[in-house]
Amino acid sequence: MDILTQQVKSVSVMTVKGRVDSATAPDLENALKQLVEGDKTQIVLDLKDVEYMSSAGLRAMVSTLKAVKRINGDLRLCTPSPRVAEVLRLAGLNSIFSIYPTQADAVGSF
Amino acid sequence: MSESRLIVPARYDRIKQICAFVVEAAEMAGLDDAAAFHCQLAVDEACTNIIEHGYEGEDKGQIEIVCHTSPELLKIDLRDQAPPFDVSQVPGPPPNPGLEDMRVGGLGVHFVKTVMDEVVYTHENGTNSLLLVKRRSAAG
Repeated sequence: MDILTQQVKSVSVMTVKGRVDSATAPDLENALKQLVEGDKTQIVLDLKDVEYMSSAGLRAMVSTLKAVKRINGDLRLCTPSPRVAEVLRLAGLNSIFSIYPTQADAVGSF
Repeated sequence: MSESRLIVPARYDRIKQICAFVVEAAEMAGLDDAAAFHCQLAVDEACTNIIEHGYEGEDKGQIEIVCHTSPELLKIDLRDQAPPFDVSQVPGPPPNPGLEDMRVGGLGVHFVKTVMDEVVYTHENGTNSLLLVKRRSAAG
């Protein structure tokens, strides 16, 4: 799994590539945690290149969403691959996260 | 029916290898991409539970994965020697939970039960066995 983080004005855009499973999800959670601890609370997670995600990845995303919501921030998702979209739906998370069809839409929503 | 077997140390960094093994078996059984993905997801979640809740940590034992393929279905038998842990007894997530009520910890078992056609747990002679069955769809 590779993680690239860019700053677009006030929004942090984190692009994830590869597999997010129980072996790699802790790295994703730590990367998200570092953003929040650095007062970056407007976050877009780009999932276009995530080929596979298990509940371990969802756990990292949900814990971050809870943390940023408490300080008036948000974690918004964009361009989930079909497999990731299915996992989000199976978990009932597609009604909890704001999900956008493009990265520009997600960034512009803040 | 043909059989293939993989035995690995119970470690999270072996999940990827286990998934690749199961996807190959799913392809041999003629399952479509969506069904192969379901098998991968279920096995990942089940093995993660074995490591986390069964062995209570990495490198405490082994996981044996036995795949039986036939033209109609794939049977995946996950075996471990951790203390008994019956995933079928784990409650699913509440319907339509809010963010603060979301218990992601139980989602793995929910996925296993949802995406597989059969899930059967047995414990015999110190070995847990979780049998996961995926049938070919009519279109597959």
